[in-house]
Amino acid sequence: MFDSLSEKLQAVFKNLRGYGKLTEKNVADALREVRLALLEADVNYKVAKDFIEKTKQRALGQEVLNSVTPGQQIIKIVHDELVALMGEDERQSADKSAHSKAGNWMMVGLHGCGKTTTCGKLAKLLAKQGRKPLLVACDVYRPAAIDQLETLGKQVQIPVFSVRGETDVVKISKQAMSFAQSQERDLVIFDTAGRLHIDQELVQELVHMKEALAPQEILLVADAATGQEAVNIAEHFDKALTITGIVLTKLDGDARGGAALSMRAVTGKPIKFAGVGEKLDDLEPFYAERMAGRILGMGDVVGLVEKAQETFDAEKAEEMQARIADQSLNLEDFLSQLQQLKKLGPLENLLGMLPGMGKMPDLSVGESQLKRIEAIIQSMTPMERRRPEILNAGRRTRIARGSGTSVAEINDLLKQFNAMKKMMKEMGKMQKAMARKGVLPKMRLGR
Amino acid sequence: MGLFQKFRDGLRKTQEKLTTEIKRIVTRGPKLDAESLEELEATLISTDIGVDTAVKIVELTKEAAKQSGQVDVFAIARAEIERELSFGESGSSPTVATDTKSGHAAAWPSVLVKAPQPPTVILLAGVNGTGKTTSTAKLAHLLKEQGNTVLLAACDTFRAAAIEQLKIWGQRVGCEVIAGQYGADSAAIAYDAMEAAINRKVDYLIIDTAGRLHTKKNLMEEMKKMHRSLQKKAPTAPHEVLLVLDSTTGTNALNQARTFHQALGVTGLIVTKLDGTAKGGIVVAIARELKIPVKFIGLGEQVDDLQPFDPKQFAEALFAESPETRRM
Repeated sequence: MFDSLSEKLQAVFKNLRGYGKLTEKNVADALREVRLALLEADVNYKVAKDFIEKTKQRALGQEVLNSVTPGQQIIKIVHDELVALMGEDERQSADKSAHSKAGNWMMVGLHGCGKTTTCGKLAKLLAKQGRKPLLVACDVYRPAAIDQLETLGKQVQIPVFSVRGETDVVKISKQAMSFAQSQERDLVIFDTAGRLHIDQELVQELVHMKEALAPQEILLVADAATGQEAVNIAEHFDKALTITGIVLTKLDGDARGGAALSMRAVTGKPIKFAGVGEKLDDLEPFYAERMAGRILGMGDVVGLVEKAQETFDAEKAEEMQARIADQSLNLEDFLSQLQQLKKLGPLENLLGMLPGMGKMPDLSVGESQLKRIEAIIQSMTPMERRRPEILNAGRRTRIARGSGTSVAEINDLLKQFNAMKKMMKEMGKMQKAMARKGVLPKMRLGR
Repeated sequence: MGLFQKFRDGLRKTQEKLTTEIKRIVTRGPKLDAESLEELEATLISTDIGVDTAVKIVELTKEAAKQSGQVDVFAIARAEIERELSFGESGSSPTVATDTKSGHAAAWPSVLVKAPQPPTVILLAGVNGTGKTTSTAKLAHLLKEQGNTVLLAACDTFRAAAIEQLKIWGQRVGCEVIAGQYGADSAAIAYDAMEAAINRKVDYLIIDTAGRLHTKKNLMEEMKKMHRSLQKKAPTAPHEVLLVLDSTTGTNALNQARTFHQALGVTGLIVTKLDGTAKGGIVVAIARELKIPVKFIGLGEQVDDLQPFDPKQFAEALFAESPETRRM
C-alpha cells in the first residue's frame, strides 16, 4: 500500500535533474510527499507540520551534491532531522539509567501496551548488567495480572513481590521497598495496572505511588502501533507524573512507529528501550537512527547488520562482504548465509529490517521454505554450488530427486539467487557512491 | 449509561479541539484556498480515518464550495464516514434501535450470525494487548444476558497467566472454561472445547486466542490450524471470526486487519478502549478497503461495557459540532 518514499520523491524530481540547488518549489513539492509519508506512519499531524517547517528551512538553498539526486538529498535531510529530534543516540541514556545507583522504577501506560511483559524483560536485561532487580506486582485490577508477573519472574529468575488481596498500591509499594532492602535488591521495578490517561482517579493512584516511592525512573510504556492518540497519551501521563522516558513495544510488528516521533516531540523525553519480540531477551536500547529509517519506510539496515554481528563471527562477515563487493557470491555462500540466518531467529523479524521489503513478497519465505532451500543446495555437488550456471536440466532433475523437491522449485531458487545477487550489486554501488559523497554514513561492519 | 454516551464523553475534549481547528481553517478566508484544504486534510487525518478517506472528504468539500459558498465540512465528513462504514448503502449494516432498558437488546440478534445448529462458534483474534480476553468475557456476558448458554475456550497457552485470567472472568460471568496446559497445542484445545460444546449442547462457544503480531508467519499458521480443527467437528465453524482492535492503534490496524482477514476470513471487528480519547477512526479505512463491519465496541473495564456498533452514531460522535460552530 505504501509506495516507498524514495520512489515518490523520485517522481517529484523526475523533471528536475541537473538542478544545482534545491529551490523553494521543488522542496515544497517534495516535502508534501514527506508530510504524507509521516502521516501514514502515524506521526501526529501537528508534529508533522512543525517538523516539515523546520526541515524546509534547512533544505532551502542547499546545494545538491554531485551524483546524488535531489530526492535522495531531501531524504537525507529529513532523515537527519528525524534522528536529531528523536535524540542522537539513546543508547547512552539507556545505559546511564541502567548503571545509576539503587532506585525504584515505575512502569506506567495504557491497557495492553505491554507493561508486565516489559517489566520481565527489563529485569532480565538489568540482571545481565549486574543489577539485582526485584519485581513488584502493583496491578491489582486485571484478573491474573499478579500471576502473570510471577510467572515471568520465574522465567527470568528474578524474585517477585506481591500482596494478594491488597488493593492499596501505596501500601504494597511501601512493603515492597522494605522487602527489597531486607533482601538487598538494588533495583525495584513496579508493574502498574493499565489505565486510560484521562481516568483521573486511576492516574491519581499513580501520583500517590510516585510520592511514596520517589522513583528514579518513570517509564511510559507505549505500543509502537499507536496512532494519532500518542500525543494525548504522552502529554497526559507526562503532565501528571513527569515521566523520565518512554519504552516502545511491539516493534517486531510492521508498524512504522510514527508514535515515537510524536511522543518525543510533545514530551521531550527520550525513548529509552524498545521491545522487539515475544521472548524475554527481546528488549533493546532505542536507536533513533533505525527508527528514522523505519518511519520513512527505508528499512533498518543498520539494525540488521548489528543483529547479524551478534551471531555472525566477524571474520566470516568480512569475507562475505568482500564477496558481495566483488560479486563472486555463490550458492555455497548462500547456504552458509542461510544457516547463519537461522541463528538470527524468526525470519519475519529480519525481513522487516530490509529496505523495500514490502515490495518483494517473493522473498518473504517462511521457515519451512528455508529448509527446502537448504535441502536443495545440500543435494548439489560442491562444483554446482560454486558455479550454479552449470546446472543443466539433467542436474536439476537429479537434485530435485535428491532433495525431495521439484525442478520448478530449483528454478525458483536460482532465479531468487540471481535476483539477490543483482540487488546486492546495486546496493553495493549505491552505498559506495553515497559514502564517497558523505551522504549516508557508511554501514558499520567491524566493531 | 446511554449508547455511545461514554464514547462521546471521552471524545469531548479532543472533539472540541478538532471542531475549533476545522472551524478555524474553513472560516479563515472568504475562499478555501489550497493551503486551507491541505490543512483540513491533515486535521481530518488526525482522527486516524486514513489518508484516502481524508482526501475524499477534502475533494467533496472542494466541490461543494464550488457550487455554493456555504460548506458544512462536518456534515460532509459525517455522511462520508457513515457511507463507508455501512458499505455504500445507508441502513444495510446492523443499525441499533435504542432499546429503553438495556440499550442493546433490540439490535442484538442482527449483530452476530447464528449457526443453524448450535453451538455458534465465535473465534476472537488480534495482536497482543488489544483486549481479546476481556472482550471474550464481555461477549459471554452479553450472550448470557440474552438467555444463552455459553462455553469459553482458553486457547491462549502462550502468555503467562492468560488461562488464569480467563478462568477468573469465567467465574465472574458464570461460564465454564475449557483449558489446557501452558505450551499446549491451541488447536487441540479448540477441538476439545468444540467437542465439549456439542456434548453439552451449549448455544455459544467463544474461543479466546493468544495475541500474535500479524507479521509472525508461524503464529498465523497456528491460527489457521486452530480454525481447521474447529471445522472437523462442524464444517461451518467458526461462524464468526472477530478481530479485536485497540482504538489507539493508528494506520497499522489496517495491516493487522488485512493479514488476519487473509488468514482467517474476519467477519467483524471489536474495537476496544473507546472510552478514552482515541477515536478509532481507523475502522473507516478498514471498512473502505476490506469491507469488514464493526460489530462491537468496548467502552471500559466493566463486564457490561461492550456495545453493538452503530455507524451513524459513530460518525456523529466523531464529527460532532459544538453549538457555536454549527453555523459556518
